[in-house]
Amino acid sequence: MAKVTVDGITVEVPNGSTALQACEAAGKEIPRFCYHERLSIAGNCRMCLVEVEKAPKPVASCGFPIMDGMVIKTDTEVVRRARRAVMEFLLINHPLDCPICDQGGECDLQDQAYAYGGDHSRYAENKRAVKDKYLGPLVKTVMTRCIQCTRCVRFASEVAGVPELGATSRGENMEIGTYVEKALTSELSGNLIDICPVGALTSRPYAFTARPWELKKTDSIDATDATGTNIRVHARGPEVLRILPRTNDEVNEEWMADKGRFSIDGLKRKRLDRPWVRAHGRLHPATWQDAFVAIARAMQGVPGERIGAIVGDMCDAESMVALRDLMTALGSPNIDCRQDGAQYDLSRRDFYTFNSGIAGIEEADALLIVGADPRHDSPVINARIRKRWLAGAFPVGVIGAPASDLTYGYEVLGDQPSVLAGLIDGSLAFADALRGAKKPMIIVGQGALTRDDAAAVLAACWSLADAVGALSADWHGFNVLHQAASRVGALDLGLVPRAGARSVAGMMSGGVEVLWLLGADEFGAARIGPDTFVIYQGHHGDAGAARADVILPGATYVEKPGTYVNTEGRVQTAFQAVFPPGEAKEDWRILRAFSEVVGHTLPYDDLPAVRARLAEANPVFARQGLPRFGGGTGVAPAGDASALGSTPFGRAMGDYYLTNSISRASPTMQECSRTYSQPVLQAAE
Amino acid sequence: MSGQFPAENIGHGQPGHAPRPGEPAQPSAFAFDGESESLITGILAKYPEGKQASAVIPLLYVVQKQLGRETGSAWVPRVAMDVVAARLGMPPIRVYEVATFYLMFNTKPVGRYHLQVCTTTPCWLRGSDEVTRACREATGIRHWGETSEDGLFTMTEVECLGACANAPILQVNDDYYEDLDAGRTVELIQALRRGEPPAPGPTIDRFGSMPQGGRTTLLDVPDGEGPPPAHPATVEA
Ligand code: SF4
Ligand code: FES
Ligand code: FES
Repeated sequence: MAKVTVDGITVEVPNGSTALQACEAAGKEIPRFCYHERLSIAGNCRMCLVEVEKAPKPVASCGFPIMDGMVIKTDTEVVRRARRAVMEFLLINHPLDCPICDQGGECDLQDQAYAYGGDHSRYAENKRAVKDKYLGPLVKTVMTRCIQCTRCVRFASEVAGVPELGATSRGENMEIGTYVEKALTSELSGNLIDICPVGALTSRPYAFTARPWELKKTDSIDATDATGTNIRVHARGPEVLRILPRTNDEVNEEWMADKGRFSIDGLKRKRLDRPWVRAHGRLHPATWQDAFVAIARAMQGVPGERIGAIVGDMCDAESMVALRDLMTALGSPNIDCRQDGAQYDLSRRDFYTFNSGIAGIEEADALLIVGADPRHDSPVINARIRKRWLAGAFPVGVIGAPASDLTYGYEVLGDQPSVLAGLIDGSLAFADALRGAKKPMIIVGQGALTRDDAAAVLAACWSLADAVGALSADWHGFNVLHQAASRVGALDLGLVPRAGARSVAGMMSGGVEVLWLLGADEFGAARIGPDTFVIYQGHHGDAGAARADVILPGATYVEKPGTYVNTEGRVQTAFQAVFPPGEAKEDWRILRAFSEVVGHTLPYDDLPAVRARLAEANPVFARQGLPRFGGGTGVAPAGDASALGSTPFGRAMGDYYLTNSISRASPTMQECSRTYSQPVLQAAE
Repeated sequence: MSGQFPAENIGHGQPGHAPRPGEPAQPSAFAFDGESESLITGILAKYPEGKQASAVIPLLYVVQKQLGRETGSAWVPRVAMDVVAARLGMPPIRVYEVATFYLMFNTKPVGRYHLQVCTTTPCWLRGSDEVTRACREATGIRHWGETSEDGLFTMTEVECLGACANAPILQVNDDYYEDLDAGRTVELIQALRRGEPPAPGPTIDRFGSMPQGGRTTLLDVPDGEGPPPAHPATVEA
């Protein structure tokens, strides 16, 4: 620790800190453009100048290492003049087009010009103009506004791991771009919009839509993947206009994946905003009462075991517990959340969660990825792995080649399950890397769990974790990486059929007479038997609704308060940002209302009561956040690790941009799919 | 897989795409020839394993030379930058950055003779305006950066070439022609057009940057021990 005095305030900061950090520790605000805590230091904007005693001239605090006894002054005439001068330089070639700039109102340049700049410009000559660059369908550029802080360049190469942005040419002619005018191949590109301190990089879909002060902000949780990214939904009136990440160092730091950020135009399209009932082969608009009566009639005389329910990938825990209670009341044991047919062992929670924790990745010192494609399963977690990899000494092995480069160095160990056996018995070289590590980590993806021999793969991964010392009293290196936001919550609620009950596959082809789909679209609705009466409760007119006999319009994740459990098992609460459209309602309320019609009234009338029921169903729901725990318990999953099959590991995800009903309805995601996924698919043919 | 830069990231995704207005047509492929390859082997050997990216500038020169040999226009097309990136295991954008930063790399085709006129203060004081004018008149080029109609000459304005003692300077490809005036510039260009480039160096009666007409100091130092002998031309005369 070093003692530093900032404007007369003495603070202690760790050795190796910068003057800027010391100033922050002393509660002094230092204006900055190029400095960003999560990126490397560039020191090229000079906005952060401060005076350091004995230094002959002002120093750029963001890159200036502190020394014990250093005296920093941030509020002298010299500093004020230096800031004014830097600001004047920055604005020389800036177009000052705030009235037509989307960054207006949340622009660092604007704010800092107000706070630290001069009151007028002395520059009368021509300003330079820069051609706008093409960066893909998500990021809009107005490069004349760029102040060349290079934050975007550093973000792309350091965090996103796609070194495609750069500063070409020199001096007056320097320009930021890809040079070759191609779309950035990153699933994290939306974050460029957030880190650009000016209006050079803005959101293309959100262009000219709103000013920040018009928006109502609601804290929520991203439900488009299982990361549990903390988000803030920005809405105006009934419309969600954009979604930004919230900082949570435990989960997403301050990043967010493109699918969660840009799917939102799908919230307005293909919506189910009123109940529908099928009569004579066609769907007709109906009232809630008619719809409920139609379902009740279809259920009449049907024994409980001939009724089934499938839970979708974006459901909140509240609606899932209500559905579970309804099915129990109807006497049905058939309820399944595994649209993809994955197999889990529910006997212990750590058999199906990401136990090291996302932040725990940074502590790990070796990694094995089995049947997962972290880049697409969770771009944010992938960025965390890359962050760890950049820190060095982090061997990464992959079983089953990922669909695209993972943005860090890794070794493909093969695509056969037998590789696992080779690692367990130590015959493969990578086993030494795992064994030699203090905190080895194994990530098991859905590609490994959606196979016939999934139980064996799970057991093999567990015993490998055990063998290499990944399960100890203070470290749990066994991790399941999920793709669906609802999955861990559903597993916590036990939404998997017990022995003898029907799974998703068992409910197909006439396995049940009445089938309740809670937002389930991805299981292959065409497989449902022609005589099965299908109820679709959900928000989008997608595969499930197309097959339904009764449609009950539900709410999307931004339209209801909900509890989500991410792949780590972290319980997080989302607030309601907007109201569901038309007659659509919160999903647990629909189930509660229907239960009354069939005479099995669910015992809760308001949200606190449902949440109390959740906590009763599984105490984990009573506790927000994530307790860390070790893995050394001696218990292993039930599967037989020696029963590994010989099918190579494949991909468990189709097109990253089109994995759920919201993103499929989103024109932006469709365009991303055309830009990014289809060329790759074509090239692979 | 150790490569962090998958195939789809290398290159611009649209090789040989239609040039935008004002953009040169880019060749769709580039490969080092034998002569370049042997140079590269020597260059790469100078850098420790894992630091091969340090060779980016020499390799870009190799590219530019090879293009000069092959097409008479010494420039660095975009595909060649991608090839350099792949060879050195670095992201293509890092090569684009270097290639566009240094004016010595031509990112557009140039004429067979690249006339680089120094117009920085010492040369300007010594008559670079005249040299510029003479170049324009002799080649028909009107603006900086243009190539003459016969495709032989491209004129570029450059900053100090570090040879101010012999100002004004005209650099033709890699050679310096020094102490120019309008007349000698025109002669030079005519000689180039005939395909008879004269020996580089001062175009007046002096050796290197020695005083005109031979030494004025250290006259008592015998030849061979002191400064180099007088200019051969002076000796003959
Ligand atoms: S585009 Fe934005 S982030 Fe990138 S260098 Fe310019 S101002 Fe900085
Ligand atoms: S913030 Fe210090 S130089 Fe930019
Ligand atoms: S000014 Fe022309 S060479 Fe230095």
